[in-house]
Amino acid sequence: MSSHDPSNSPSSDPSGLGALGSRARFGHENYINANYGIKSWLLTKDHKRIALLYLASVTVFFILGGIYALTIRLELLTPAGDIVQPMTYNKLFTQHGIIMIFFFLIPSIPAVLGNFLVPLMIGAKDLAFPKLNLLSWYLYLAGALFTIWALLNGGIDTGWTFYTPYSTTFSNTYVVAAGLGIFINGFSSILTGLNFIVTIHTMRAPGMTWFRLPLFIWSHYATSLIMVLGTPVIAITILLVAMERIVHIGIFDPRLGGDPVLFQHFFWFYSHPAVYIMILPSMGVVSELISTHSRKNVFGYSFVAFSSLAIAVFGFLVWGHHLFTSSQSVYAGMIFSFVSFAVAIPSAVKVFNWTATLYKGSISYDTPMLYALGFIGLFTIGGLTGLFLAALGLDVHLTDSYFIVAHFHYIMVGGALMGYLGGLHNWWPKITGRMYPEGWGRFSALVIFVGFNLTFFPQFLLGYMGMPRRYHAYAEEFQVLNVMSTAGASILGFGLLIPGIYFIWSMRYGKFAPANPWAATGLEWRTASPPPTENFFRTPVVTWEAYEYRPMEEMEVIGPDKEQAAQPAHGEATT
Amino acid sequence: MQLPRLPFTPEQASTVSGEVDALYTYLVAITLFFSVLVTVLIFYFAVKYRRRDANELPQPIAGSVKLETMWTVIPFLIAMTIFVWGASLYFTLYRPPKDAIEIFVVGKQWMWKFQHTEGQREINELHVPVGAKVKLTMTTEDVIHSFAVPAFRIRSDVVPGRYTFAWFEATKTGRYHLFCTEFCGTNHSGMNGWVEVMEPTAYQAWLAGGGSDSPAAQGEKLFQSLGCATCHRTDTQGRGPVLTGVFGKPQRVQGGQDVTVDEAYIRESIVNPTAKVVEGFQPIMPSYQGQVSEEQLLQLIAYIRSLGAPAAAGGATTTTNGQAGGGAQTTTTGIAPDAQRSNPLNSTSPRPGGAGGGGASQSGGNSNQMPGGGNSNR
Repeated sequence: MSSHDPSNSPSSDPSGLGALGSRARFGHENYINANYGIKSWLLTKDHKRIALLYLASVTVFFILGGIYALTIRLELLTPAGDIVQPMTYNKLFTQHGIIMIFFFLIPSIPAVLGNFLVPLMIGAKDLAFPKLNLLSWYLYLAGALFTIWALLNGGIDTGWTFYTPYSTTFSNTYVVAAGLGIFINGFSSILTGLNFIVTIHTMRAPGMTWFRLPLFIWSHYATSLIMVLGTPVIAITILLVAMERIVHIGIFDPRLGGDPVLFQHFFWFYSHPAVYIMILPSMGVVSELISTHSRKNVFGYSFVAFSSLAIAVFGFLVWGHHLFTSSQSVYAGMIFSFVSFAVAIPSAVKVFNWTATLYKGSISYDTPMLYALGFIGLFTIGGLTGLFLAALGLDVHLTDSYFIVAHFHYIMVGGALMGYLGGLHNWWPKITGRMYPEGWGRFSALVIFVGFNLTFFPQFLLGYMGMPRRYHAYAEEFQVLNVMSTAGASILGFGLLIPGIYFIWSMRYGKFAPANPWAATGLEWRTASPPPTENFFRTPVVTWEAYEYRPMEEMEVIGPDKEQAAQPAHGEATT
Repeated sequence: MQLPRLPFTPEQASTVSGEVDALYTYLVAITLFFSVLVTVLIFYFAVKYRRRDANELPQPIAGSVKLETMWTVIPFLIAMTIFVWGASLYFTLYRPPKDAIEIFVVGKQWMWKFQHTEGQREINELHVPVGAKVKLTMTTEDVIHSFAVPAFRIRSDVVPGRYTFAWFEATKTGRYHLFCTEFCGTNHSGMNGWVEVMEPTAYQAWLAGGGSDSPAAQGEKLFQSLGCATCHRTDTQGRGPVLTGVFGKPQRVQGGQDVTVDEAYIRESIVNPTAKVVEGFQPIMPSYQGQVSEEQLLQLIAYIRSLGAPAAAGGATTTTNGQAGGGAQTTTTGIAPDAQRSNPLNSTSPRPGGAGGGGASQSGGNSNQMPGGGNSNR
């Protein structure tokens, strides 16, 4: 492998993806070099190519949402509202939320990693409905364009929560256009979930029983259930908001005979489970990473698998914990609080099982593992601070303060984003056929970890001190912690740039990846890197349990480059 | 339950502050314990079992039902202690005591308007005496706001079309932040102010400086000027029901349902009169929506309430809702979820003389009810 010189790469590549698709390089036809031209990408039905289309589009939205975030932090450097106008500030946090949640976090892991890996992991040639899969990307794009149109025309200022009657009667911004974007995007989510459910049920390779499935698949299955059952509710809710705004049908506005708190019930009935759409796939990724990089079977496999399903089911019964102070009855509050504590238990079970998996393992310090270990720590803090908010009497003081902002960023960024980045590093060799630079990977993982904590930990303290969220200007005693938070955000932003640069760099200059660089057990590692269009050169037959680690020689690789698979790239990459 | 105050906590200026902080401290301890436990284990394992050889192959370890049970049951039990503690605190926070001074609060983009029982009005400043229980009856003229005073550890959303309540008893004089904490539009972060907690004597002096009429008296004037009195006469000959002595009592409405005459029902009967018409009357009353402001609505309610409080204490009101039975469970409008919350309050109306006497003490009761009783507590 060391004989490969990047300068040999062909210089003309109509696909625009650099040398990674060169047939000469890989010695086999794969999904990237199978055919060229813009049409072969935009009309592809290959789940792997669609995953890359999603990768490109969610990255664009992540950058946009990140720019909004940095502008918000810059404004909050000083107590006075001095950098942007109040209206602009309100639009910034609204658009940051809408973009990050609906156009980055929800599709990130399922639509990128899930799309790429679900068929590979179960030994299938593609998803059950390849055309629907492509359609779901176009729906995502259509929704995104509607929303971008709303942003370019002046934006929206309701908060990503669209609380009524502000959103239906009082806001003069582009609520309907942005809502329509989310509405359309929701169908993309539903189709992806549907596709996963059917694929997992019907397309597993011979021998791939339910309890041999990687935990990544279990968590995506649970996620898909939420997508299919929950998303229609937000779609209908948005339609009702639009109806009230346009034709003044009284649903939420009390002056038209509606009930504003009804909206909150509808909204959180989807949006709380949506939190699990964001975190469950990340938990699946972390199960894979912890196992792979400690070469141990996941401790308590079935407990981790069923905890995903438990979270998906209980997740539908806790929406009322967003309404403890919204004039909901105290008895309803009590029930929702109880169920919220119950839903915390499966998450705790996962954390303990991941930790126990490390016991007597062979633990590597590769970048994906650093992200996975970071995930456990941050998710633990994020989860435990959720208990503060589930505790009724304490939530009264904490809700709508910076405490809640810190809490959900520990889950969304410390959890979902860390899992996504860890997963991207772990499967990057499989996706592109190239290794990312390990040293830079570890360095940026540490920078991101430090930057993240410095950004969001002070916000817990700010919250308890009483600083309300969504404030453009704030009282002076809150400044020191806000300055720390802004400093952290700049470190975090810098840290996130590094992988952005070296991932692109590695597509042309990275070392070639063998079929199984981590000596992992999953089926996706038993085919070539990158995989051929039909995923496997012949249908794999599974005769081993999930995470059954064996010496490399014994792990059969179905594909042309067996000799590559015999030696993990790991040894070279770390030196 | 006096734990040391943790750093980065706001001042403790109400009777519940310490209780909320105690629960907070408990949760901080739990969080520290588990995150330190997990972090230490991760570091310990990561160092002890670091990969020493590229071809290392550790022995697989099957799970352990014993361990799984342990780390399911123990966290669950801990979670239940937090649940019970949090719930009991919540009941304290959201059940105003009966002997409280009442202040009306109206939120409006982007200001807080207050009116005291004696008639004083203020904007973005709330003066209250130390050591007295204060109950806030709140609503809004436009969007949802949320009333929060971090030093008191209280917060309650203020929702259009219904009344919400909050209460506190300040324990320390001083000025404390008052924030709107539900996003309410462009100047949301400007919708804040101060709660000024004063010595009782200073508060009395401040009250005396006001001089406008009490809300009930203003309500009485409105009752006349809006023409309510032409139908709602004091004898039974009017086209509308007699309002004397109805407040806090169950009222049979058309359809056979019993509703409690509370703030929410009176408000609804003014803005949407045909929703629940009292049995034996025609739905002929026009809506006053848009003609009466939220503040005026509160004044009208204060007036009707001053026409006589129920002789029996409020416990009965909760049961009447429960007994409503039939097809119509409790109430069906936007006020329904409020019912539980407002029920304990119906019996409030802390009118010293009014308990038995019906309308007799209507306007006289207002001026002398105030802090005297509250102050003597502490």
